[in-house]
Amino acid sequence: MKALLALLALVLATAVTAPAHAQGWPLERYTVEDRNSGYFYLGRQTRLLQDDDFQNPGMFAVDQGAALWRRVDGTQGRSCQTCHQNAADVMKGVATRYPAYDAKSGGIINLELLINRERVEKMGAAPFAYESPELLALTAYVSHQSRGMAKNIDISGPAAPFFEQGKEFWNTRRGQIDISCAMCHDDRAGMLLRGDVISQGQTNGHPMYRLIWQSISSTHRMFEWCNTSMRAEPYPLGSPEYLALELYVAWRGRGLPVETPSVRK
Amino acid sequence: MVGLAAGVAAAQAQAPATAPTPLQAHLTGPIPPLVKYEIVGNTTIPQPLTERPGDPVRGRRVVTDASNSTCLICHEVPTLEEFPNQGKIAPSLEGLGSRYTAAELRLRLVNPKLLVPDTMMPAYYRTEALTRVQRQYVGRTIYSAQDIEDAIAFLMTIR
Repeated sequence: MKALLALLALVLATAVTAPAHAQGWPLERYTVEDRNSGYFYLGRQTRLLQDDDFQNPGMFAVDQGAALWRRVDGTQGRSCQTCHQNAADVMKGVATRYPAYDAKSGGIINLELLINRERVEKMGAAPFAYESPELLALTAYVSHQSRGMAKNIDISGPAAPFFEQGKEFWNTRRGQIDISCAMCHDDRAGMLLRGDVISQGQTNGHPMYRLIWQSISSTHRMFEWCNTSMRAEPYPLGSPEYLALELYVAWRGRGLPVETPSVRK
Repeated sequence: MVGLAAGVAAAQAQAPATAPTPLQAHLTGPIPPLVKYEIVGNTTIPQPLTERPGDPVRGRRVVTDASNSTCLICHEVPTLEEFPNQGKIAPSLEGLGSRYTAAELRLRLVNPKLLVPDTMMPAYYRTEALTRVQRQYVGRTIYSAQDIEDAIAFLMTIR
């Protein structure tokens, strides 16, 4: 009997001990006031997948991004690293501030479009297609340098009208199904939509690895998916409409930690 | 010509994966004309939208069609217990057929916003006053007129 109990205790101890390399933040870190990261709504299995860098499939994109960071491309013979050196130092905190107002274009810019502009202007290289593996990988790599840092989005001054535009988008019923973002993600988060728990639609873990797509995925791809799920005409990825929405949604998640690469259903 | 025939055969071989079920013919073929209806007493549409009476068996397939806004996304239907993972964001449809008349259900399916303007529930038979409908759905209703009648026939059996 004693041996059996000892064996049982050993099995239990093994089951509850997390692997040493798991990130495993305490659950409280995924909530700031009334704002919950999508992590909060995940089941245990998916949480564990995100927590373990050796199992998290989004880490493949981060690794690919690290290689792209060092790869020389374009007419100027430069890589990202040529000017920025070590991403772990200089890119730390950058993702917490994007999307943001951009004086140069007079609109909102996000990390994807910023990376592409740097490629064109500083490297003399062609921009990557919006949802290409390369652009997602670099975006994931840059975002990953801010993992654990709080999202801090500036919506003041010239960003304000874009913030209002994004907020209006969020609150507008759309498509043949005639449902707004807010109806689910503000009013019904935590409730069951068929077999799935509705999240708040937070973006602090983006680019994310989405299990149903089996790929690293951008915020705009998710917007497109949500729109077409409501049978609404989507906007192009990278469009001003989605940039304004991304600004509003990122602000909505202010204070939530950057989780890139998150794993979502 | 052989090439074309082979192409058609290949397309047909792939068809089962993506082709809509016969239930959704109104979502892909020629756009059916919208049937006019009369609202009586602000809460009912007494006249059926079709000549053919509602078929509860087909109606059961209509309301459980997972790829066309099934009721089960949001509502629980205790008599459909073989369908797992029913939604819980809207009231249960338990005893629905005892609580409402067919005329009341018809208005609630056709356009529930006439009763509760800010309801989240879609209007299953409406094409106007919508924002940015996806191109392939413009001018189309979620349910066909026959779907509405068949769905009501089924929903009235929930007692």
